[in-house]
Amino acid sequence: MPNPTKAPKTNHIGLSKADYKGGATTLCPGCGHNAISNHIIQACYETGVDPFMLGKFSGIGCSSKTPAYFISKAHAFNSAHGRMPSVTTGALIANQDLIGLSVSGDGDTASIGVGQFIHVIRRNLDMVYIIENNGVYGLTKGQFSATADLGSKLKKGAENPFEPIDLCSLAIELGCGFVARSFSGDKKQLVPLLQAALSHKGTAIIDVVSPCVTFNDHAGSTKSYDYVKEHDQPLQELDFIPHFEEITVDYDAGEVTDVKLHDGSRLTLKKLDENYDPTHRPNVIRQIHQAQVDEHLLTGLLYYQDDKPSFDQVLNLSETALCSLSAEDLRPSREDFAKVMQSLMG
Amino acid sequence: MEQQINDVNIQVATVNGTGSQSANLILMRSIFNMSVPVTAKNLFPSNIAGLPTWYTVRAHHAGYQASRQALDILVVMNPNTIYDDIRALRPGAVLVYDSDMKIDHALRDDHINYGVPFSTLVNDATQNVKLKKKVINMLYVGVLAHLLNIEPAAIQVAVSKQFGKKQAVADMNLQAINLGRDWAAEHLQKQDPYTLENIPGATEGKILVEGNNATALGALMGGCTFLSWYPITPSSSVCENLIDYFNRFRVTESGKAKFAAIQAEDEIAAIGMVLGAGWAGARSMTATSGPGLSLMAELAGYAYYAEIPSVIMDIQRMGPSTGLPTRTSQGDLSFAYGLSHGDTQHLVLLPGSMAECYEMGQIAFDLAEQFQTLTLLLSDLDLGMNTWMCDPFEYPEAGHDRGKVLDAEALEKLSEYGRYADVDGDGVPYRTLPGTRHERSPYFTRGSGHNAQAKYSEKPDEWKAGLDRIKLKFETARMVVPAPVIQAGHGEQNFGLIAYGSTDAAMIEALDRLKEQGLDPDYLRLRALPLHPSVEDFIAAHDHVYVFEQNQSGQLACILRAEYPHLAPQIRSIVQYDGAFMSAKHILEPILAQEQIKEALHA
Repeated sequence: MPNPTKAPKTNHIGLSKADYKGGATTLCPGCGHNAISNHIIQACYETGVDPFMLGKFSGIGCSSKTPAYFISKAHAFNSAHGRMPSVTTGALIANQDLIGLSVSGDGDTASIGVGQFIHVIRRNLDMVYIIENNGVYGLTKGQFSATADLGSKLKKGAENPFEPIDLCSLAIELGCGFVARSFSGDKKQLVPLLQAALSHKGTAIIDVVSPCVTFNDHAGSTKSYDYVKEHDQPLQELDFIPHFEEITVDYDAGEVTDVKLHDGSRLTLKKLDENYDPTHRPNVIRQIHQAQVDEHLLTGLLYYQDDKPSFDQVLNLSETALCSLSAEDLRPSREDFAKVMQSLMG
Repeated sequence: MEQQINDVNIQVATVNGTGSQSANLILMRSIFNMSVPVTAKNLFPSNIAGLPTWYTVRAHHAGYQASRQALDILVVMNPNTIYDDIRALRPGAVLVYDSDMKIDHALRDDHINYGVPFSTLVNDATQNVKLKKKVINMLYVGVLAHLLNIEPAAIQVAVSKQFGKKQAVADMNLQAINLGRDWAAEHLQKQDPYTLENIPGATEGKILVEGNNATALGALMGGCTFLSWYPITPSSSVCENLIDYFNRFRVTESGKAKFAAIQAEDEIAAIGMVLGAGWAGARSMTATSGPGLSLMAELAGYAYYAEIPSVIMDIQRMGPSTGLPTRTSQGDLSFAYGLSHGDTQHLVLLPGSMAECYEMGQIAFDLAEQFQTLTLLLSDLDLGMNTWMCDPFEYPEAGHDRGKVLDAEALEKLSEYGRYADVDGDGVPYRTLPGTRHERSPYFTRGSGHNAQAKYSEKPDEWKAGLDRIKLKFETARMVVPAPVIQAGHGEQNFGLIAYGSTDAAMIEALDRLKEQGLDPDYLRLRALPLHPSVEDFIAAHDHVYVFEQNQSGQLACILRAEYPHLAPQIRSIVQYDGAFMSAKHILEPILAQEQIKEALHA
């Protein structure tokens, strides 16, 4: 029996964990995305993020639905497919006091939204950009995404003939000052990474591998697109979703761990060791390449650099947020206006 | 020979990128400075340098601002177009040509030909080979100054304005103008009737301005704080002008910016940023043209359904596709009105003058926030990039109407709050801004189905109720957007005229010509969509109406017929879509072909 008189535990701004809860998830049970939502709640609670000052942003896809499942006390903008970075840019520049936390997927970011992903990094918008990466289009029931078949370890079966886009390598190449990779089931690693990302001034990219429990599209899988098609089951009637346990991992820095995914395939994660220097760019790139050769997926804070001004600093915005300026603040004086008119005369 | 005073249409055919623009502006401003009303139209190629461009300066005592197709004086400086230019020039017109070009064989007897050795003369103006190409243009200004009797003082002021503090440059150019004038005075026997005379007060207190500048100034005064854009002709100068104004008037003493101007990676990102900023509570806009507008369609629908204040200034150019980037058009009307998939509708403003480019540039932001929706201002290349003479703009007296926004205090007084609930019965809900510290403030914005409480919903009744409520919002807006301007005629014609946008300038002139034919019809100028009820009354009150517009399919006529099917047989569409600027002729000819000419009316 809970003790009703006992005050709930609170964080340093006096809020309890319950103040960060979201709506009930509608994603498949066991989905890695749900775990990430919980890690976001934990990170925001521990960091003491003010929910009223948080802006949650997303695009379209399973991942982009998740802002409804965490921190309901924050405003949210579930935008259009691939357009989250631009919408987030507008909102955070209009009100630079907001904390921007954005969630995207591999389709949303690596395909339709890859242009906006690139340019938001280029501008160094002060935001946390989480990619919930499952290498598959879940919401349209199982097509390959541009991050699919990472090192041929993420999934087996149906051949994806194209090289995957490594969003972390791309982000580093673009000069992003905070680039991390993690796994949805690794609470011990992901929560501190999220906290660090929240405190970073600039774009913080976290690529989170998050297995899809339903559409791991490989030959022989009873969940695969081909299987469903061959068995003549109309896609829209695909209403049986088997229950899976969420996959969790717990391993130490410098260690390698094997993860068995729901479809039976295996993924090898390698956690960066404690001596790894994320600020040494040539070494960072070398290690990422080495891991690709070793068919390991390197996790942790891959790259860090905090000497670049964020976009709001580049724009040199006034202390009063743009959204709060009044007509008096914004109009030139009558004298100045008259001068403009005078300059147009003859 | 009888003189034709203060009524002349002058065109200069040059190659773009040769600095002729400075000479043309000096010519136009000199006429303005000597108190003769003037207007200028620039027909330029989609090119940086090397292609033909035609600049037309029209001086008219009545202050007509529309293009007049027939030329009185043509100055041919471009060897590549010279034969076509001469062939197209009407009989009786004046041709000024470079006699050093050796084109005597192409000259026509039915023109008044003035040969000027420009290529030789320029050697007297400057020894600098690089400058010769530019300075040669000042020579024709001098020749025209002599022929038209433009006052030297008026020219001097125009030269000073053009070159600002660069005194040496100003001196050299003025010297070249004088060289041209002196040569003409000595060598040319005036055979043409055109001359200019000072009309006291005719241009006093007036300004010369391009519509894109006026629109930018409107956005500044309208409180725009957020601009995101992707460069595209002919809209870029809206943004460039606005950025200039931002830097001039929106930087604090400590150097902080009370604006954000972002050059986006494409038009999709540009409108995405505008939506993000509008959602967060900033007055935000983008400016674009046809191809860019196509790219913005997706998020335009989002703004409609998720109800996000946002503004697009669409400076129309000729489509379809890439089309004619440097030719004017009114071809985006129906696309803009319903921009996006599904049942989407937007507020559309149709400025018809410089004053309206300025005023509507302001109220676009009021309407967007009042109705929490996308508002499009549809200007065009003619309004936007040509120079128009008008009265100075007025300093706005009213503040900004930020619409229905609930702060924490207001939320505290409410027992319940639904983001998309119609509390007032006008279809317009209340919104909250992120960062508002109240339990009821946060809501989830989505383009997918939602109910009055902003919760996800696929329920048929909730979906339909949402769409119907937004429709009601547009019914409310119908009465609030700028109403049409109706100019009642004094004749007893059973027909009426309808036009909008840049067609108005041609219409003003056409109405004067119609009076000379004994016709004085009523004229309705549309200023916004959705249609104000007075439009229906106007059509119903006439046996038939002519709808003039600059697109192929008669887009406004289609909208009118769809909205008023019972009046459809009365609506006659007249269209002009070859890319030429609208002129009175485009209006007069179709009317006179269909209507009985009467005895002249004397206004």
